[in-house]
Amino acid sequence: MTYSTQLIKDLRYKAITVRENILRMIPPGKVGHLGGSSSIADVMAALYFHKMNVNENDPKDPTRDRLIMSKGHAVLVQYACLAELGYFPKEELDKVKTYEGMLQGHPDMDRTPGIEAVTGSLGQGLSVSLGLALGLRLDKSESHVWTILGDGELAEGQIWEAVMASAVFKVDNLTAIVDFNEVQATSSTKEIFPIPNLPEKWASFGWNVIEIDGHDMGQILKAIDEATAHKGKPTVIIAKTVKGKCFPFAEGKAKYHNAAMDEAEYQTALGCIAKMREEVEK
Amino acid sequence: MRSSNSLRKTYGETLVELGKENKDIVMLEADLGNSTMSGLFLAEYPERYFQVGIAEQNMASVGAGLALAGKIPFINSFAVFASGRAYDQIRSSITIPNLNVKICGSSAGLSDFGDGKTHQSVDDIALMQVLPNMTVLSPVDAVETEQMVKAMVEGSGPMYLRINRNDLPVVTDPSEPYYIGKMTKLREGSDVVVFATGIMVQQSLEAAKILEDEGISIRVINVSTIKPLDVEQIIAHTEGMKGVVTAEEHSVIGGLGSTIASALSKSRLPIELLGIQDQYGTSAENYEILLQAYGLEPSDVASRVRSVLEA
Repeated sequence: MTYSTQLIKDLRYKAITVRENILRMIPPGKVGHLGGSSSIADVMAALYFHKMNVNENDPKDPTRDRLIMSKGHAVLVQYACLAELGYFPKEELDKVKTYEGMLQGHPDMDRTPGIEAVTGSLGQGLSVSLGLALGLRLDKSESHVWTILGDGELAEGQIWEAVMASAVFKVDNLTAIVDFNEVQATSSTKEIFPIPNLPEKWASFGWNVIEIDGHDMGQILKAIDEATAHKGKPTVIIAKTVKGKCFPFAEGKAKYHNAAMDEAEYQTALGCIAKMREEVEK
Repeated sequence: MRSSNSLRKTYGETLVELGKENKDIVMLEADLGNSTMSGLFLAEYPERYFQVGIAEQNMASVGAGLALAGKIPFINSFAVFASGRAYDQIRSSITIPNLNVKICGSSAGLSDFGDGKTHQSVDDIALMQVLPNMTVLSPVDAVETEQMVKAMVEGSGPMYLRINRNDLPVVTDPSEPYYIGKMTKLREGSDVVVFATGIMVQQSLEAAKILEDEGISIRVINVSTIKPLDVEQIIAHTEGMKGVVTAEEHSVIGGLGSTIASALSKSRLPIELLGIQDQYGTSAENYEILLQAYGLEPSDVASRVRSVLEA
């Protein structure tokens, strides 16, 4: 599969806008999950602005594809995509995690159009996605279910219950994407809780495994197309990413898992956005 | 109308019947289908029966996903695992978004007598009723079990059904209409009102006979909807009484008794809570030994009634 230079350029541009929207939600002094939102921003852009069948004018359209943010703390990146698509006014981004706003600290399907489940207590999203995939299959639906998992989240035992069950039920309308940024809340995954041989683990559990650079738009597009084309078993895309990607002061740092930027950092981050735009436009 | 006295058999059979017309009903199983009787669904509707293996946490969240797809999932296990093992999954995946997932906690209380404390639920009502959006049902017999299962399919939102492993005699009238929240007076009396649930309703009816010989008259109320509790009816049933007894096969902490006691907090009537006294179960050769050991026999109800009258 090949993808036009224009498509890749457009999606890279979208990913920059997604990161800009993330920054809008966490102005200087406001705590937010910058690191794990930025790491998966390119994948999310490819899904929301190209691959997925979604309809901002009818968020409950039964034919839509579903995306479950199992690593619910990184919901800022999902809000960033949904706002860009027009699910809600962008002004809502300024009110994230406030009493009056519709954007909760973790995904809340009752408050926010476009959010498909309640997640945040880690380890449950893949199971919810499996149930959704089974239900859609019973209805002979063409819809696909995408689940975003954190690599730190994979320490939750329920993930592996769902990995086994998804293989047993042969759900090929379900794709898991691991945001493999190798940093969790307090330190690197290697230091906190290493999970060796991850691709081999998923493969031995009966999944189709694809490994990619999660910031290379060409690789992302190819992987998500392969995932939906693969029949008979579920697919996992292990996306090698950088936590805090595009913001040098935050890249690879556990501190920015959930932190507030100061004014200088924020200006640096905005500068990064402007610079990336220039590069893509070249 | 069912002739069977088995609540769990009735549960399984009712879902098989309802599943014929209602194609949205799906069954989830964690390898206890022969005990919970949810396994009966497999033979009729294999495509709507999901055996997830011994993984209750996954089962609960998969149920949430099926509900998101518009299905009516029933998840099944022993009460202790259905409520406790998957507690956070029920909380986060199911009750926070108020999803239409039905949970059957089977072999509740001490009724799984041989298996002992790990398999006996003294705490499931407490765990389930504290969750916002959750409905908690505790049928008294097979007739009410059938009515409740139908109401669970018709009603929306998360619901927990607590049923005993053992048979229980039919004490309700199948011709009477049923609705969630219904509270039934099974015996009229003038001295003390006994609010009971599950097997303790039967024990209380037996206690009424013992007390009658002593000239004491008790009113026995079957409280089979523990949540939402009809507080107004509870208060109404205490009017003119000299005391209140609650009776449940569950811890007195967080169960029916403490809920009724708080509902009657403005009442001046003495209240006795009969139930399991802040302890776990244990193995026994049969159920009756446990009912005796844990003070859940008709004679225990009778002594609590005497006790409130002396207060």
